[in-house]
Amino acid sequence: MSEIDRSTPPLNSLYQQLIIDHYRNPRNSGELPDATVEVHMRNPTCGDDIRLQLRIEDDRIEEVKFVGEGCSISQASVSMMTTLLKGRSLDEALAVARRFTGMMHGDGDAAKDPLLGNLRSLAGVARFPVRVKCALLGFDALQECMKRTQQDGTSASQPSPAPE
Amino acid sequence: MNPESTLVPAGPSATAQAPLDPGALRHDFPVLDQEVHGRSLVYLDNAATSQKPRQVIEAIERYYRHDNANVHRGLHELSRRATDGYEGARARVAGWIGAAGPSEVVWTRGATEAINLVATAWGDANLREGDEILLTEMEHHSNLVPWQLLAARTGARLRYLELDDEGRLRLEGLPPILEGGRVRIAAISHISNALGTINPVAEIARLVHDAGGLVLVDGAQGAAHGGVDVRALDADFYVFSGHKMCAPTGIGVLWGREALLDSMPPWQGGGEMISLVERDHSTWADLPHKFEAGTPNIAGAIALHAAIDYLESVGPERILAHEQALVAQTLEALRAIPGVRLFGPPRAEDRAGGVSFTMESAHPHDISTILDAEGVAVRAGHHCAQLVMKRYGVPATARASFYLYNTPDDVERLVEGLETVRGIFGS
Repeated sequence: MSEIDRSTPPLNSLYQQLIIDHYRNPRNSGELPDATVEVHMRNPTCGDDIRLQLRIEDDRIEEVKFVGEGCSISQASVSMMTTLLKGRSLDEALAVARRFTGMMHGDGDAAKDPLLGNLRSLAGVARFPVRVKCALLGFDALQECMKRTQQDGTSASQPSPAPE
Repeated sequence: MNPESTLVPAGPSATAQAPLDPGALRHDFPVLDQEVHGRSLVYLDNAATSQKPRQVIEAIERYYRHDNANVHRGLHELSRRATDGYEGARARVAGWIGAAGPSEVVWTRGATEAINLVATAWGDANLREGDEILLTEMEHHSNLVPWQLLAARTGARLRYLELDDEGRLRLEGLPPILEGGRVRIAAISHISNALGTINPVAEIARLVHDAGGLVLVDGAQGAAHGGVDVRALDADFYVFSGHKMCAPTGIGVLWGREALLDSMPPWQGGGEMISLVERDHSTWADLPHKFEAGTPNIAGAIALHAAIDYLESVGPERILAHEQALVAQTLEALRAIPGVRLFGPPRAEDRAGGVSFTMESAHPHDISTILDAEGVAVRAGHHCAQLVMKRYGVPATARASFYLYNTPDDVERLVEGLETVRGIFGS
């Protein structure tokens, strides 16, 4: 049952139409002038780059935008993530992030959880281990945004230097 | 060492101009005989590391099965054999690159360590505030960061030769930099790993020398593709890694002019590099051992000897010509694919090794994942050359890089894989 699946994952499990669509037409792309927190994350080894901006009021995500550049997985993931965040409390957003991270590490139940919405189309990434960090980059930025918000109230913070 | 070699002896006949037969040479490389994701492996990541022929694998096995001992220490038979193999390899390298003698050949872990050795041992003793180090925009990080560290330690200033739109160094930028008379050393790659450009090293070296500077050549790609003649290049230091030229990882070479090496203080301290050790000071061993602290990579040196024998039996000029034919085929095929952007010189004769490219619709990582699913291994990323990526305004490229065992069919498999990319991402 827990045997590792070493078969060749089919490409179409990775590149679903919905992913290509979000890659080509990212949702919530652009600047958020009244953001309360902003985090810039890069994956220096592959050049994936995401600047995530949130407007958080009373522990709720009122608005979210991102500017990004990178592979289809990183950009589709962050685009889908933004569509799920608007109007959610920070606790709910954290739950989405944890559930998604679980799915990336092969949690089959997470891949069926309606909480993840369109993000479930990225379930196939779990079978391409080198691409998992691409899918997680937007969520890394989200978690950093939430951490900063909790740390220093609601003051807008400066873009962070690249991780790693 | 290498007594019962099965190789064709190296010599003028081996480098005759008949094209090499990659289909036959492939059989020397056991790793190539496998399927990846259900397709026969097409290995096009040679600029990252080359595969190893059985002649090299067997040399390592032979050494550990029959001769393993520490070098220069024991008076027993095995130590004598290990020392002979190790020093024989040094002499082989010296002859192969045109060094004045084995004392000019220092073993390192690879090109990176060799550059760090020069930047530290030579750099710290010779550079001071106001001096200049000349680099180029096309350098691998291994030929940038050690110099940045040296500049930070000494107050020396970094200058850069820039790239033109076709991946060549803009040599017209050289005289104005040299005019200041402050360039103490120029560190330039022989062949660019990210662009494939073959640089006019001898021409640059002449100008730098006229201005009173030294020249270090990063031969990580150069030694593997076409061989090296350090005297013809007119270099002062030449560095390369074994693993890019059929030898294992963890062995590399620093070649330096004897007088220069002699003038440099030691880099690391330890056994092997000393002559006499007293309580508060020591005296150094003669070249090249002064720079070789600790028990070295003996098997690696012996394997590099076998790799050079192998490459010589094929003929470095033929290997370069073969690669250039594959590069020409690739450039032509990729130019015909809509949305493909090619980097580096447009003519295959001006380049070696590999072809870097991007596609309008798909990111290099997506290209690489799709090709991998079809058994084609390429590199995607910044190729440890972030200044090159910045120069051309891209975060990353995909790179297909060739070696003696690659065939025209491999290029066709690459092109076929790129059609799959277009099928998924459009053009």
